Amino acid sequence: MSTAVLTWRQFRFERKLFWRNPSAAFFNFTLPFLFLILIASVFGADRKELNTLIPGIAGMSVLGTTFTALAYTFVFNREQGILKRIRGTPMPPLAYFGGVIASAVANAAVQVTLIVVIGHVFYDVSWPQDYLELVVFVVLGVIAFGSLGIAFANAIPNFDAAAAYVNAVFLPVIFISGVFYSTDSMPRLLKAIAVALPLKHVIDGLSGAIVTGTGIGGHLTALAVVAGWAVAGLFLTVRYFRWD
Amino acid sequence: MTETAIQVDGLRKSYGQLEAVRGVSFAVSRGEVFGLLGPNGAGKTTTVEILEGYRERSGGEVTVLGFDPASRDRELRSRVGIVLQSSGFYPRATVREAVAHFGAAYPRPRDPQETIALVGLEGKEDTRAGQLSGGQQRRLDLALALVGDPELIFLDEPTTGFDPAARRAAWEVIRSLRGLGKTILLTTHYLDEAQALSDRVAIVKDGLIVAEGPPSELSSRRSSYLVSYQDNGHRVELETEDPTELLHRLTGEALARGSRLEGLSVSRPTLEDVYLELTAQHEGEAE
Repeated sequence: MSTAVLTWRQFRFERKLFWRNPSAAFFNFTLPFLFLILIASVFGADRKELNTLIPGIAGMSVLGTTFTALAYTFVFNREQGILKRIRGTPMPPLAYFGGVIASAVANAAVQVTLIVVIGHVFYDVSWPQDYLELVVFVVLGVIAFGSLGIAFANAIPNFDAAAAYVNAVFLPVIFISGVFYSTDSMPRLLKAIAVALPLKHVIDGLSGAIVTGTGIGGHLTALAVVAGWAVAGLFLTVRYFRWD
Repeated sequence: MTETAIQVDGLRKSYGQLEAVRGVSFAVSRGEVFGLLGPNGAGKTTTVEILEGYRERSGGEVTVLGFDPASRDRELRSRVGIVLQSSGFYPRATVREAVAHFGAAYPRPRDPQETIALVGLEGKEDTRAGQLSGGQQRRLDLALALVGDPELIFLDEPTTGFDPAARRAAWEVIRSLRGLGKTILLTTHYLDEAQALSDRVAIVKDGLIVAEGPPSELSSRRSSYLVSYQDNGHRVELETEDPTELLHRLTGEALARGSRLEGLSVSRPTLEDVYLELTAQHEGEAE
């Protein structure tokens, strides 16, 4: 079978197995909404805060469904010996990676869509102003975070340690990148770190796409930073990938 | 002339200072079952993983079905089936799903149901891999190695942890594969397994092959026979290269005394005796 067909089969297989772990699937999908609803109601968020929160949660979802999920998947599959088994078959690595990553992309797309819909229906946030910008930042975010997640899996020694490693990155990053509040009032050092990392720029791009409608032209720096991280992530993945 | 499936010449593999394989050479013909036998840490798995394309060699020449396994050619991988020492499954995929999924990557896969039957997993098709017993998981391992209908099969300690009945069943599967003309490279630390299944065995010790040949010839290469009998409640064991003469003398003496040689037996050394002798010898030399 061709690489394209095998990629599709791998994708279908990953989707089937994803839904076989209902608790993981449930938390994967509900955690961002839980954050959204709790923060919006606990802090009685006003219009301006909701306009920060909705793109912020959308950015966090992209990070969670790709960076976090793929780091877990690859550590688990490496520890289980699944990667080693695949390496012993004629399955092209491209088809395997393609299928697994496509599955993460599907989760990211569904979550971002749901957040935009919930934001509009329940919180009266406008429909996205610029769909092209929305797609560009989601896709670029997926490539950057996904490849960084696979690369990060190479540094995680075993599956038991995976949650600690992943959260040590995920939690600080979402707190300093403006998921829950604007980064404008943050201390200068934290702001500098956030500016160097990709999540803040993905959120800025999503904010432009959903709220302000400034267009891609207004976020070229953000685009460049995320693209730079995507290149770094792909390089680290290819260079340091471990099959066992 | 028999075709060669695997050719290994002067294979070496070092991990830093440690030389795990120190110049191993052997050849496996098509249709042959070749056993690599040796204690844990002897270099069996390292050798096999180089042939499977998982590890790069430090030196020597290796050819598998005409390919250099280090080149990781897709055609070679589609003609080879691998049972690794440790299993790797998607725990939430069922037996049928796993066999069908892995089979799809091969150009001419065997029918999944037929493959499941071949390894004796009928009735477990809809069980998830994570819920199979250890022995059943090992059979799924074998099914995943066979689903591509490979010409050459690597079996790395395929029956470790099996109960005796499961081992016999696995042996039957391996014999039937041999009957289909498949070439099999088997590693094991069970001597009876190597003796029962292999056309030829190589005994590996400290990264070197210390003996090679058909199991029966290996055992007969050691020239001595063991003659034993009971004498006043003591077990007497004598080694000899010529049992005819020794027996004639012993029985003659017994008859002259008017006594009997209780529990008299003459035995040939088994592969196990040869194995223990060879591996012990080399330990002695190393010291």
